[in-house]
Amino acid sequence: MERRERPILRLSRRLPVALLTAILLGSCGRVEQPLNSFDSQGPIAERINDLFWPVFWGAAVIFVLVQGALLVAVFLFRERKGKERPEPKQIAGNTRLELIWTVVPTIILAAIAVPTISTLFDLAECPRGAMEVEVIGHQWWFEFRYPDSGVVTANVMVIPEDTEVCAKMTSEDVLHNFWIPKLAGKRYLVPGQETEQRLYADDPGEYWGHCAEFCGLSHARMRARVVAMTRTDYDAWTANQLLPAIPPEPGSEAERGMEVFLGGACIGCHIIDGVNNPDPETLTVPAPDLTHFASRGVYAGATLPAQLDPTSADWEAGLRLWLADPPTWKPGSFMPELGLTADEIDALVAYLSTLE
Amino acid sequence: MAIDVASDTVERAETTLFRRPRLTYGFWSWITTADHKKIGLMYGYTAFIFFLAGGIEALLLRIQLAGPDGAFLTAAEYNGLFTTHAVTMIFLFVMPISAAFFNYLLPLMIGARDVAFPRMNAVSFWIFLFGGLFIYSSLIFGTSPPPVGGSLPGGATDASILGSIPNSGWFIYAPNSGATYSPGTAVDYAALGLQILGVASLISAVNFIVTILNMRAKGMRLLRMPVFVWMTLVVALLLLFSLPIIAIALFMLTFDRQFGTLFFVAEAGGDPILWQHLFWLFGHPEVYILILPAMGIVSETLPVFSKKPLFGYPAVVFAGAAIAFLGFGVWAHHMFSSGIPTVAQAAFGLSTMTIAIPTGIKIFNWLGTVWGGRVRLTTPMLFSLGFVALFVIGGLSGVTHAVVPSDWQQTDTYYIVAHFHYVLFGGALFGLFAGIYYWFPKVWGRMYNEALGKWHFWLMFIGMNLTFGPMHWLGLQGMVRRTWVYPEEAGLGAGNFVVTVGAFVIAVGVLVFMINWSYSKRRGRVAPNDPWDARTLEWTIPSPTPEYNFAVEPTVTSLDDFWHLKYDEDGEGRAVRKEKADELVDDLIHSNGNPDHEIHLPAPSYFPFIVGFGIMLIAYGIMYHTRPYGIPLLVAGAFLTVGALVAWGSEPLEEVHDEDHGDRGGDLDGEDEAAEPALSEGDV
Repeated sequence: MERRERPILRLSRRLPVALLTAILLGSCGRVEQPLNSFDSQGPIAERINDLFWPVFWGAAVIFVLVQGALLVAVFLFRERKGKERPEPKQIAGNTRLELIWTVVPTIILAAIAVPTISTLFDLAECPRGAMEVEVIGHQWWFEFRYPDSGVVTANVMVIPEDTEVCAKMTSEDVLHNFWIPKLAGKRYLVPGQETEQRLYADDPGEYWGHCAEFCGLSHARMRARVVAMTRTDYDAWTANQLLPAIPPEPGSEAERGMEVFLGGACIGCHIIDGVNNPDPETLTVPAPDLTHFASRGVYAGATLPAQLDPTSADWEAGLRLWLADPPTWKPGSFMPELGLTADEIDALVAYLSTLE
Repeated sequence: MAIDVASDTVERAETTLFRRPRLTYGFWSWITTADHKKIGLMYGYTAFIFFLAGGIEALLLRIQLAGPDGAFLTAAEYNGLFTTHAVTMIFLFVMPISAAFFNYLLPLMIGARDVAFPRMNAVSFWIFLFGGLFIYSSLIFGTSPPPVGGSLPGGATDASILGSIPNSGWFIYAPNSGATYSPGTAVDYAALGLQILGVASLISAVNFIVTILNMRAKGMRLLRMPVFVWMTLVVALLLLFSLPIIAIALFMLTFDRQFGTLFFVAEAGGDPILWQHLFWLFGHPEVYILILPAMGIVSETLPVFSKKPLFGYPAVVFAGAAIAFLGFGVWAHHMFSSGIPTVAQAAFGLSTMTIAIPTGIKIFNWLGTVWGGRVRLTTPMLFSLGFVALFVIGGLSGVTHAVVPSDWQQTDTYYIVAHFHYVLFGGALFGLFAGIYYWFPKVWGRMYNEALGKWHFWLMFIGMNLTFGPMHWLGLQGMVRRTWVYPEEAGLGAGNFVVTVGAFVIAVGVLVFMINWSYSKRRGRVAPNDPWDARTLEWTIPSPTPEYNFAVEPTVTSLDDFWHLKYDEDGEGRAVRKEKADELVDDLIHSNGNPDHEIHLPAPSYFPFIVGFGIMLIAYGIMYHTRPYGIPLLVAGAFLTVGALVAWGSEPLEEVHDEDHGDRGGDLDGEDEAAEPALSEGDV
């Protein structure tokens, strides 16, 4: 005959199972994880993983041995009711054992040290001839400048596949940290200094990034994308980025949007090449260049919209939300709440979506 | 070492106007006490209250992060809470609760009647308390507007209450902590508050060093000291050498913020990375300041509950000292991604690896201690074993940080959060709880409830692994530190949910502990004087500890002297309890509890309290120096502090006596005979 379990008992049996499933799901990568450093997509990230895993398994073996010894000791030598153990031998130490557990870890560490140092020197600095991209950190977005072509963009860094890229990085304000987990490790962006980060993507694709150093109020809203393209696509992208903005059709909603842009506070900080061309030095606060805004797909520190698809409804919805009230999405934002009417926002969205 | 100040003080005593308080019970007795045990308890209770505050902060953070795109806290609140959680747990909980152990136990373990400078001991407590209150007063007075030029939601000009506590990370990295990017006073509360706490720690460090070097029982050579005393000495030396570094750095930061200097302002040629060097040159030794007391505690409990001497005592002692020494040479491993030169990264990677060697030595020696013993799985033993198990995990993940390129992926992610919580929660906190249960009967004369203790252990152990275990994976899967939200598309929701569940399991464990503590200290079974069959001097006196500690000054002839009083070894080397052991122990404890003469104890004083209060006023004065009330506060604080110090110096001895001053244990404060029995002259 079956006994009915009390609900609390049922819960106590199910909860561990549920938790374990959650852990496994979370850790086995069945869920899409765009920031997963284990899923390396280029030789730099891969070499780091190649270094990490042997160390991890070595540590796992030591873990099992030490915890095993501890558990065995506790189970073998514990006092139980009715089973008194004899008084133990009073052993105060053993020189040979001390030597063993000093020397063996030293050897293990030396074995780790050699590949660590060689990988470090291979990866830390950019090789000669790498394609340079300047990365400039701002609260809370990344700016990318291409010294070879003169392209200036934000949030999305486009690179050719199978190419050694050297990010030359600095910051305009506080410390930031440029992290594209699937392509490379981290490196700070330090105001007044230049740091380097090697990047290399094996295949075309879109790789997520995140500012990893706490950089103030909206640190969580400072992400980045690296988009790797075939060489042909990359060249086409560069050529397009160098063009001035596409003029809106006369009488269209987009044209009204351009007027809103020119008539409002936007031009205090933003540039659209061919529409307003002020000296960048005269801008109140540096803000993303909007000339090819729609080509980037993401905005607001690459945190909006969720999908990288300019035609999706999310793209527009996110943009409306952002234009209406930037500080709510990104507290501390240097783009204030501008008090735009719904009508003006409609026009701006229409205009911005034409800026391919 | 003797400093004969008697004739001098007698003279002063006759001319002074000040009279010393003489209360031994009630509120004012606690305010004025110079008794190391009372001060230890005050440290403990204060630290525990801050622990609860830090724990509640952690729970709020975890509620926010339980799912993606959380909306429970605002960005400002989250930043305030994660910063204050760290500041609280490090500076207001682990450090002071270690100080509680040092205070209460150190004199008992070395056979002294008090510390070398009893009033300095009191002053370090009061400075700590007022420093902690100062930091938490930011809840009421703190302000945190957005960075200059930025806007807050709804056009607000200041963050909410929880957003205006210190909010730039416990590491206060420049230039984000500068006046441009963190206007308002939130960061000043951290910078000045930590400065105050540093003063407190520095004073107690000096006090403990002098106490250990000068006031040990007869025959207690350095290598006969309990390991806990050794670790106290090492920690005190670490404090002595590392605190000045952070003091300088905090002064530079305060001057940058308050008086327009440009140490860390990049636009003016300042160097933000300099802050990191200074901070971590203090900050890494600080890590060992947090963990070594716990290592000392388990080095006491493991032998007792295994009925074996500590395996490799000299190795454990020297490993502790080596860790401390090497700890000054590894700071830049916190900065592997900050753009320091490649050669420097290599050097600090290697030095970091070497620190694993002495750490390993300690762990293997603890294993050797338990192996072959007679293991009693009491609550303190469970916490000690838990300490070893969890510390191994933290130590191993620590080695992976030394693998520099690998650290470029790990740093600033939850992998690091996992690592240091295994070391500081699984390590330091478990060790400290082991100590709390182990010495509970010493302090209260009653036993804690063993069943509740075991519940506490298992809840903490399971909760801790649920909370911090998944963080390893989360971090390397892209969970960045110090972010108040993470997007659903990052695929990190499931792991974070488990973490939050774990945090609440820990909270239940802490509740069980609080119930056990408050119930057992009044209603617990009356404890025998030597409940654990222990090895060290604090168990040779009655429980709870008499006010004078030892009626008879102990003499020590070996390491673990008390054990050798009770046990012999047979031909095989097995312990054999002496026939007369019980009698010997009873006699010893009886004579220690019944002085045949009045014992002179350090007299209470009002002034340590006033000094602490005055220093807090000075900090407010500096922070608000541009407001009309700033300078008056500064002057009032300085007047109180200096005035109290002068009065302290001219305070009379409670008793005027001209007996011989012994050759050992004279009060270096010039105050009394802490460790020297002196015949009373009667009431003065």
